[in-house]
Amino acid sequence: MSSDSEKEAIEKKPENSKPTGEKSTAKPTSDDKPATAKPTSDDKPATAKPTSDDKPATAKPTPAEKTPPAKKPPQEEPELPAFEKGIADKIVDKFADKTTVSFVKPDRVGIKVDRDKIHDVAEFARDVLNYDHVDSVAGVDYPADNEIEVVYHLSSYTDPTLGRQILELATRAQREDKPNPGNDATRLPSLRDIFYSVEFHEREVFEMLGVYFEGHPDNRRLLLPEDWADLPPLRKDFRNKGR
Amino acid sequence: MSTPTLPPGLSIQKVDERIMTLNVGPQHPGSGHMRIIVQIDGDYIVACDPDPGYVHRGEEKMAEYRNYVLNIPHLERPVIHDSCNILYPYVLGVEELLGLEITERAKYIRVIAAELNRCVYIMYWLAIYGIFLGHSTMFMWPTGDRELLIDLLEKMTGARVTHSYFIPGGIRNDLPANFEEVCLRQVNYFEKRIKEYADVFYDNPILISRTEKTGILTRENAIRLGTTGSVLRASGIDYDVRKKEPYDVYDELDFETCVLKSGDSYARSKIPWLDMFQSCRIIRDALQKMPKSGSIRIKLKPNPKGALGSVYKRVESGRGALGCYIVSDKKPEPYRLKLSVPSFRNLIALPHLLIGEKLGNMPSVYWSLNYWPVEADR
Repeated sequence: MSSDSEKEAIEKKPENSKPTGEKSTAKPTSDDKPATAKPTSDDKPATAKPTSDDKPATAKPTPAEKTPPAKKPPQEEPELPAFEKGIADKIVDKFADKTTVSFVKPDRVGIKVDRDKIHDVAEFARDVLNYDHVDSVAGVDYPADNEIEVVYHLSSYTDPTLGRQILELATRAQREDKPNPGNDATRLPSLRDIFYSVEFHEREVFEMLGVYFEGHPDNRRLLLPEDWADLPPLRKDFRNKGR
Repeated sequence: MSTPTLPPGLSIQKVDERIMTLNVGPQHPGSGHMRIIVQIDGDYIVACDPDPGYVHRGEEKMAEYRNYVLNIPHLERPVIHDSCNILYPYVLGVEELLGLEITERAKYIRVIAAELNRCVYIMYWLAIYGIFLGHSTMFMWPTGDRELLIDLLEKMTGARVTHSYFIPGGIRNDLPANFEEVCLRQVNYFEKRIKEYADVFYDNPILISRTEKTGILTRENAIRLGTTGSVLRASGIDYDVRKKEPYDVYDELDFETCVLKSGDSYARSKIPWLDMFQSCRIIRDALQKMPKSGSIRIKLKPNPKGALGSVYKRVESGRGALGCYIVSDKKPEPYRLKLSVPSFRNLIALPHLLIGEKLGNMPSVYWSLNYWPVEADR
């Protein structure tokens, strides 16, 4: 459930980023980090106690606890590698309110996009960020949210700097309880005109989850039998027999 | 007669008198478990519609009911000849979700098993390629020579084909005594054998005249269609996941990627063969650099639960980049597992290659895509 992981990530980020921000600025200016940053001599103990009256008051209870957060930031930093963060920032800067960053890991960037902007974001990823093909398109059913998520994994052959990178664009469509694939509200814009490589992948998502891709030239079944009349099988309410 | 209302997926087509529609497969020996609907005008293919799905077994759905360890045996079924490589991204992904860091020795053994398996797969593929072209020697030789490596893998894993060798946390069992020596000897002999294939097959003027300049995939199209593996590298793009995003110990090993520029069936059929020489090189290097003793597996808790979140891992299999996307919701079973398989990704190139070709070239073009129907269907 990536929605929860996002919330966690979003909740965590301010906590983690604040300490790093404070401490990184604190070390050169040397205001409020006297206790741990002893080596830098004179003014620290002197300025620290008067200036940081309010700080110790909040942070007093545990000087021992203060050191783990000081240790944590170096651990967090590799989790937000600069290059990957740059990719995420470029997208979020361009499509501010329509996108959210769900994760930034080494070589992996995950972006959540509103369904009406997915086409534009994909175009931006191709034209500006140099992603040139789609590795995989996965549909994930979230009956609790009443939504179906479609996840595109973008990658690049031509740009050597992106050789290791995967950009994950996720978007959500409304989910129908009684699906009538192709004729209900479970629709998303197709990316076939931007990334030709999604052609068969989107056909697969269409039959397996019942997401109709608007603008796809060939919305037919691919793997399932032609006369399949049950629910789309990768939806959660389709149960395997005996399970 | 009024047209009946059709269920989604079905359509009615007008029949042209000049164009003949031909169903190749799913029982045809030249297509595997797959149907290719071709329309021919005289001898030339004018339209092609690949129709996979005859061996769709719902691996992804099955994975949602089984825990991370129970998923291993059934996930290797889509391509049993390359079973180590199809498990590889899954195992790497589960290790990231469970937060496991495996031992150095296990990493080396994994690489050796994966490379042996790649050769086993390519030999099988090559044998079928031979029979597609009516070259019986090329069917007999690879099927015989691949026994060498199957024996090695049997010694390692206990099974000839479906190894179930990789598990989250390492590998299932350690190498038998004296394995390094036997492996080195067999691999050296194997390499000598596959060199001889040049004389009988790859330098054969009949093969060259049949496959050269047929089914050309240009560099631009190879990128645009998102092809992968040998198909991509035959069109002049140097992209190998083992080099670009090294997993386990591939960054410490000495090998090259094989790239050809012409993009025709001949180049596509040659790349896997060249890959096998690199695999032999990797195996020899890994045998040398491998720690001679040490733990091979981290013991898992029963029913381990993955961390909340998702992971996308990819490896280079015998056919191309193989990705595995796992969504975990803190349960012992994956919430969703998606296999992004190279055969499925390369299938999209088939209509582009076949249109304009002669029908007689269809088998060679089709099988040069390094396509495994069962894997594409999952």
